[in-house]
Amino acid sequence: MYLTPEEEKTLDGEYGRSLQKAIEILVALGDIYGADKLIPVKSAQIAGVSYKTIGDAGLEWISDLEGKVKIPSILNPAGMDIVRWDEMGIDPVFAKKQQEIIEAYAKLGIQTKCTCTPYYLEGFNVTLDDHIAWSESSAVSYANSVIGARTNREGGPSALSAALVGKTANYGYHLDEMREPVVAVEVDCELSGSDFGALGYVVGKTIGSRVPIFYMKNEPSKNEMKSLGAALAASGAVALYHIEGVTPEAVRNKFTRPDDIIPVERTQIDEVYETNKDIQSSEIITVGCPHCSVEELEEIAGLVEGKKLQKEMWVCTAREVAERNPDLVQRIEKSGAKVVCDTCMVVSPSTNKYASMTVNSGKALAYVPSMCKVAAKYASIEDCINEAGVVDEN
Amino acid sequence: MKIKCRTISRGIAEGEVLLTHDAISFLGNVDPETGEIVEPQHELYGQSIAGKVLVFPHGKGSTVGSYVIYQLFKNGVAPAAMINLESEPIVAVGAIISEVPLVDRLEKDPYEFLKNGDRVIVNSTEAFVELKKE
Repeated sequence: MYLTPEEEKTLDGEYGRSLQKAIEILVALGDIYGADKLIPVKSAQIAGVSYKTIGDAGLEWISDLEGKVKIPSILNPAGMDIVRWDEMGIDPVFAKKQQEIIEAYAKLGIQTKCTCTPYYLEGFNVTLDDHIAWSESSAVSYANSVIGARTNREGGPSALSAALVGKTANYGYHLDEMREPVVAVEVDCELSGSDFGALGYVVGKTIGSRVPIFYMKNEPSKNEMKSLGAALAASGAVALYHIEGVTPEAVRNKFTRPDDIIPVERTQIDEVYETNKDIQSSEIITVGCPHCSVEELEEIAGLVEGKKLQKEMWVCTAREVAERNPDLVQRIEKSGAKVVCDTCMVVSPSTNKYASMTVNSGKALAYVPSMCKVAAKYASIEDCINEAGVVDEN
Repeated sequence: MKIKCRTISRGIAEGEVLLTHDAISFLGNVDPETGEIVEPQHELYGQSIAGKVLVFPHGKGSTVGSYVIYQLFKNGVAPAAMINLESEPIVAVGAIISEVPLVDRLEKDPYEFLKNGDRVIVNSTEAFVELKKE
């Protein structure tokens, strides 16, 4: 792998041990995957934030690092709402460790905003062909597919290294040839809302890490593509998909239709809604996986308006999005639902205490049973709110 | 005898060879407190990797494995060095953050010229493995 004289100096330790380790990680990954050089990246999103996943060893490693990140950098969701963790029933010992992890990242100059939707935040807007180093699987999918920016599925340490060095190794989805679709997904019916999460859940199971191009009967919204990508990345390992005539690279590049075809029928989508349908009544309802956009908060606020929910309901979003829209948060919370920030139903240990959950996210449906040991069923956003036991106040 | 190799994590270390044909998932296969292999189905079950030149084909399993290697290092029970047939990111990153020399793609098949108990030097900085004669 070619390194500039400056990069060689960094690798030889002239700028300190931390930066040396960081570039060593990037060069090792570059060598493993056949990169020719390092390339600058515009921003980084760093996974390995929840104390539940990285433990004391992760905390120690981050705490031992010195220096400051060179590019705008942000974090993945944490294990709790940083402010309202007590209300979520989080153990104070866990909360203390979680705070230490976040402070260790802050010391390195990383913005301690914990979200899977960095693209909604100030300073993290990316555009077509931008190179970035993001970690969270749904954020990677959204950036690559819906925006047409370029990132690999970075692990925690590699994204952190990219943040410190300001560069990443040029391999994988940074290269044109790796972004070509290799399998066609033909959807035989019109879809809307949570159907797209169900589609991702179905297709992800068979597709592995290949790049698909979808042929759809109707054009999804950005929020619907967000759900599709998150589910594809969770039930499979898809980091990039295209939709014919819709996503920016499919529009620009006019890809030839791959010979390998996966047909999807309406009945397969409907089956996702049948998962665990024997759960008569869920104990908790969660939405916002990935974190809700402003439009999604608006939709939820409209649906719960003038109603009182009978069950625990979480609406997960980025703190910055919630803070920019206090009126929406207030309208949602008036119903009894909680607007939860910095975390979600998948990475927080506080969902473990429930036996059953209703979700409107294909990603949550894929992870909640294994990561939280909670039975999950799937529903549209309207049915999620109905499941929360609405009593009309009028 | 010096064998050329590819550098993954730089450094120089000497130790006794501990060799396995099984892949290792540091998360789940290894006790981070003792360095012992705790997976009953594993070829090295019950043995400690602490201070050894660990020869294994490649890593597997969760990315948290990188942090398990760091925990072994902090607890003073990390391998002295590691030799892979083909390194993958989890072990590579773990070795780098833990300052454990790691090499792969040796010019000679390590399973043909190394056996348990051999003393070797892994010089990853200069990209060679040296088998020391008794």
